[in-house]
Amino acid sequence: MNTLKDDQHDALELYGEAFTSRLLLGTALYPSPAVMQEAIAAANCDMVTLGLRRQNPAGGDGDAFWQILRESGCRLLPNTAGCRSAREAITLAEMSRELFDTPWIKLEVIGDDYNLQPDPFGLLEAARELIDQGFKVLPYCTDDLVLCQRLREAGCQALMPWGAPIGTGRGLMNRYALRTLRERLDVPLIIDAGLGAPSQAAEAMEMGFDGVLLNTAVAKARRPAAMASAFARAIEAGREAHSAGLMERRQTASPSTPTLGQPFWHTGG
Amino acid sequence: MKEGIQEKHAMHEITLSLNGEAARLPAGTALDQALERWGYGGRRVAVAINDTFAPRSSWAERTLDDGDRIDIVAPVGGG
Repeated sequence: MNTLKDDQHDALELYGEAFTSRLLLGTALYPSPAVMQEAIAAANCDMVTLGLRRQNPAGGDGDAFWQILRESGCRLLPNTAGCRSAREAITLAEMSRELFDTPWIKLEVIGDDYNLQPDPFGLLEAARELIDQGFKVLPYCTDDLVLCQRLREAGCQALMPWGAPIGTGRGLMNRYALRTLRERLDVPLIIDAGLGAPSQAAEAMEMGFDGVLLNTAVAKARRPAAMASAFARAIEAGREAHSAGLMERRQTASPSTPTLGQPFWHTGG
Repeated sequence: MKEGIQEKHAMHEITLSLNGEAARLPAGTALDQALERWGYGGRRVAVAINDTFAPRSSWAERTLDDGDRIDIVAPVGGG
């Protein structure tokens, strides 16, 4: 049987590097570091996101947190969360590159405080500069086609459009725009932000998206490790369904059991 | 004569911003000395001065000035 599990070639490829898991997991908002550790293990993910914040010398949590992530064996994807200009995001990306010794960056430039919507203009400016500097930029973007095309032209080899605003759990808010992105762009697309349930992640994968980045839905579940596992399986299922090819939708019913030989059939009269 | 000037210079204090809070240092302090003094020695941190990244390789030769804004960051959970 040729399932995806047997297919060694179905890795997620980002900037020429292969990832076995299509789930990228955030590391914020867990009730404890131990619970986060369990969730990362249950998600069986290859990449985790993390951030940088002002640190006072008295606060020692940073080092312990770092140790847990190192032990997870996951690739680190630092973010520029909360940055409000290209300049801020570029500086934070440079700090991340040194601190984590990685060229990977989840680029966030926030344009609106109310829905944490990416600022497309600042995002594009920062992406151009960071790609020039050799970063592997994964931009957190809206589902706007032209923005995504410009990011692609700037050299982004993968894009991360939102499903819904961060932390809302509303799922895929604009299916038309997301389908358009999938049809028009030939780079890996990862749904980043806004997913609340494994069914929503499965839907994104069925639509042909290449991966899903999650945080709140797992971290705020009653049992985060169980939710991480549920999402991981939904993502696999959705991916396999996309690969298998979904049937065409129809307006009218079409019997699945043969009509030929139907008993008790009388032509009337 | 030259030593005398340096001594006088060292007596002078500068005021700068450390993660948004006022901090004082002797004039002429290098960034690596300041980090040690503030308790960041050996810690996993990255630094920006006046919103510009200050690479670790520059810390020893970077002398801090009055009014500098220093941001010192460390890893935290993030989405």
